[in-house]
Amino acid sequence: MSRKNLRPSHPNRSSHAVLFAALGDKTRLALVARLSAGQPASISQLTRGTRLTRQAVTKHLRVLQRAAIVHSARFGREAIFSLDPEPMRQMQEYLDRVSRQWDQALARLKAFVEE
Amino acid sequence: MTYAIEKRIDLKAPVARVWRALTDYREFGEWFRVAIEGPFVVGQISRGHILYPGYEHIVWEAMIEKMEPERLFSFTWAQIRYLDKARYSCDYSNAPHTLVEFCLEKTTAGTLLTVIESGFENVPAEWRDDAQRNNEGGWTEQMKNIERYVAEKS
Repeated sequence: MSRKNLRPSHPNRSSHAVLFAALGDKTRLALVARLSAGQPASISQLTRGTRLTRQAVTKHLRVLQRAAIVHSARFGREAIFSLDPEPMRQMQEYLDRVSRQWDQALARLKAFVEE
Repeated sequence: MTYAIEKRIDLKAPVARVWRALTDYREFGEWFRVAIEGPFVVGQISRGHILYPGYEHIVWEAMIEKMEPERLFSFTWAQIRYLDKARYSCDYSNAPHTLVEFCLEKTTAGTLLTVIESGFENVPAEWRDDAQRNNEGGWTEQMKNIERYVAEKS
């Protein structure tokens, strides 16, 4: 997971469920992978070289926008989409915290049963 | 992207010993540092309070899901938003719940224990900042203790 380009945390009321649902689709994961290369891209650019229609790409981008991992900005007639890794990083941070607590508890269990 | 935590640990103790440490409420309480009121019963909620210094105000609550002798022990529990005394709430009815599963396997050395905690997709995104605040201070010290502990034991 990319830790670059972190932005200040934006008001994000969505639950992680939205994020997981958004990432639980091959096409959307491919779009995320494409955008994670760093360059913002337009719908035309994201459609090029794929079997997807413009409409399909637009639809998938909307789902990613709702999960707050993709943002768009308008340049003239075209919308440019970019990736925001912050929500994914937030989730990872929460899991890391729980993970450390388990490491600690299991170390105590180990000492307890092996004594 | 994973939304579960999986831990595997080799224990130099027979499966029966590990099973008891997990499912006898007094033994569980010893290593988990929680004082539990009574035995674990499938389909019932188990209650107690945390014994870990600084966190004694926290109510420990788990719904016992499965107890398959020497194979699987599982429960669901709430994710707690604020651990500090000032903001902590013992009402877990609206809290996101996760499932904890302990799976035991016999090995030549003893027991392979796998712990899986799943259901984190239910945790609201805005909790992230709280997690950081909860960890401030005490955590660094705790990590040092673990490092010391692991170094001594290995």
